[in-house]
Amino acid sequence: MVLKIFFPQCCNRADSGLLVGRWLSGHDSAVVLAVIHYPFIPGQVKQYIQQIQARSGVELSVLGSWSLPKEGQEGMESFLRDLSTIFPQKRWLQINRELGKTGFNCQVLSRDQNGRVIPREIKKKADKIDGEAGGDGEKKTKKEEEEKEKEKEKEKEEEKEKQDEDEEEKVIFVHYEQRKVMLSQLHPIENGLSDPTTDPSSELRQMFRSVALSHPLYFLDRYDDGPLKSTHWQSEGREASIIVELLKHSTLPLCVLIRWLLSIWTWICDIRVFSLSPLRFLSSKLSTCVQLSYRTEHMRTLSSQKPAAGHTEFMRKANMVVSVLLDVALGMLLMWWLYKDNHISMLANTVVPAADHVAKELEELLQWLMGAPAGLKMNRALDQVLGRFFLYHIHLWISYIHLMSPFIEGILWYGGLSACFGLTFALSLLSDMVALLTFHIYCFYVYGARLYCLKIYGLSSLWRLFRGKKWNVLRQRVDSCSYDLDQLFIGTLLFTVLLFLLPTTALYYLVFTLLRLVVVLFQGVLHLSVDFINSFPLFAVALRITRSYRLAEGVKFKVLCEEPGTALHLLMEINPLKSSAVVQLYRTPTYSCYPKDSWAALAKKLFVGELIYPWRHKTTKTD
Amino acid sequence: MEDETFTDISGKAISLSCQDHSSLCKEFVVSVPKVSIGKVMVYTCCVWLLAYAVFFFTENTAVLSSAIFITLVGMMLHIHFVKVDHETLLFIGSLGIQLSSSYASGRETTTFIEMGKIKDIVINEAIYMHQIIYYLCVLLKDPSEPNAVAHVVPLFQSSKPRLNCLVKVYKSCQEILSKC
Repeated sequence: MVLKIFFPQCCNRADSGLLVGRWLSGHDSAVVLAVIHYPFIPGQVKQYIQQIQARSGVELSVLGSWSLPKEGQEGMESFLRDLSTIFPQKRWLQINRELGKTGFNCQVLSRDQNGRVIPREIKKKADKIDGEAGGDGEKKTKKEEEEKEKEKEKEKEEEKEKQDEDEEEKVIFVHYEQRKVMLSQLHPIENGLSDPTTDPSSELRQMFRSVALSHPLYFLDRYDDGPLKSTHWQSEGREASIIVELLKHSTLPLCVLIRWLLSIWTWICDIRVFSLSPLRFLSSKLSTCVQLSYRTEHMRTLSSQKPAAGHTEFMRKANMVVSVLLDVALGMLLMWWLYKDNHISMLANTVVPAADHVAKELEELLQWLMGAPAGLKMNRALDQVLGRFFLYHIHLWISYIHLMSPFIEGILWYGGLSACFGLTFALSLLSDMVALLTFHIYCFYVYGARLYCLKIYGLSSLWRLFRGKKWNVLRQRVDSCSYDLDQLFIGTLLFTVLLFLLPTTALYYLVFTLLRLVVVLFQGVLHLSVDFINSFPLFAVALRITRSYRLAEGVKFKVLCEEPGTALHLLMEINPLKSSAVVQLYRTPTYSCYPKDSWAALAKKLFVGELIYPWRHKTTKTD
Repeated sequence: MEDETFTDISGKAISLSCQDHSSLCKEFVVSVPKVSIGKVMVYTCCVWLLAYAVFFFTENTAVLSSAIFITLVGMMLHIHFVKVDHETLLFIGSLGIQLSSSYASGRETTTFIEMGKIKDIVINEAIYMHQIIYYLCVLLKDPSEPNAVAHVVPLFQSSKPRLNCLVKVYKSCQEILSKC
């Protein structure tokens, strides 16, 4: 039977007094939370403990006594033992330490049902030779005999070091730093209360919980003028930060303001005009609107009236706040860069020539395709049709750009203002503008893909006809079929026509798919960076770097140098969570636009000619 | 403190040291031989000769500087992430088991497993190609089923000592496990 005592480091040099703490249920261990010094009135101590128990919900009790006699003070052995009668407990710990020695000595007194004291000797060998003792570790003796025994054993301890230790109880002292354990959170986080009777939580979790929940215990100090003087982590100096307190007080009016602004915004969004179907569809496609709705959700969570319940919610809110602040800061930086030195007009002046240049390049590309691209011989008629069709499209688009050119500077100027809401808005706006400006490429891609897809399906179906087979829709398989002669004739004719037209269509399809992919890639990069700013848990990572003990994966033990004859002393340190685990755990869930398809599925779709939508938002899935 | 020479499964010499902190607490440290300077020099010379040969053909000094950079970065990554210096097993009766690996750069990774989760410590056999390897592992309990084993955590994964070394550690651990 090993007894584990978790002892706070701040109480290592505390004056003698009573140990207040908690016995951990289901394990043979105790957590010491504070030391209440002499002199005290037992009635007041009991009342105080009951008060704290009511306020914190932790089952506190007086665990035992602690004695660190200063110079000139006599050992208070008998006084300490008498204390155990005042505070009736099942087990009473008597820990004593001498100045100059690092080891503690501990004795455990237990009571049986009749309330009589059963002393158990720790680390002192059971003296079997002594006739009166009877040779058993657990003996029922009266107090006088106990004293005599102790004196005898102290003499014989050095001689009988290697005796049988089976019946003796071992004590392990685990030293912990109270402030760090109080602030830290063990991962994986257990949300909700599990049934304590059927599923006793682990020792460490119980210990962390007891220390963290005993806040009310740490208010009174030995420097206070009250009736009780106690020592705990606050005794080394009350800690608080003015900035943190000011921030805490200022959040309340800020939350009220944000809630009011949000209500106005929701009222605007709910106006009937905006719920018309085409506008709805448009707003679900434009990434700016999506980002707006996302940020509104965030603000709603942040400005809720209840304070964060639990660690996860607190971290989520903190990450949101930091992400919004970072966003706005980066946006301000972007705005400062845009509006100084007339960068906007510079940008506006390059947009139209750039669009012209792209259009010219596309026209050249089409002329090349209409000729003999890469030495391939195209079908002249189809080539001309497709080429002229696409050329006309480009012509339309260029006239549209030229029409818009006087307004571009204005659009850019007002669009740049959106960066004051955050860099993510500026990026989403940019992505939307790129989508609008390259709409013609998207159209070309759709036309090319549809044409190619039709051709491929036609070809495969006619190929089956060529071989005398048919696709059975009911059975979803290929069956043999007997065709009429005229069916076969027309089918074979069409098959050859389609086959010889295939290279032309395939080439156009290839070219426009590549162009479309380039645009999609660029938009994808923008979306990824927006996603990154939205979801990266900067607060959690900063906490992991600066106050790594707050996020604990577990604990580490170190054996402290021991003196022979004393109990085992261990130092418990907090093992912080790995940074990768921090990022994974605390990422804010976003409307993640990840590609739906794997690479193989994408390649297959490209080959067959199906339209690809690589950046489908999770929320708008309508399968 | 005991020090005997054991070998790992590929024949390299390792050393085991057992320390008894108390009757309930034992610490086992398995140390692997350090990075040999000869090997480092051979690798560096090879990389630089290759870089010099490429430089001879391309006349581009960027090749040389990138070779130096790559060598340095590679060495730093190797001693920080790959090369294990010693592995420690600290067994505290009725509290738990602590496994820690310490790398050549001084970095230490530690895991602590509570006694409540531990079912047993056993030596398992594994057949890897043509070899039979013994490894010491900790069996963890399954919270839902009392008799099932949820996880197997192998110990001394980088140093891979042989059976004689494992038996020593196993015997001491079982002694403590039986006491509490």
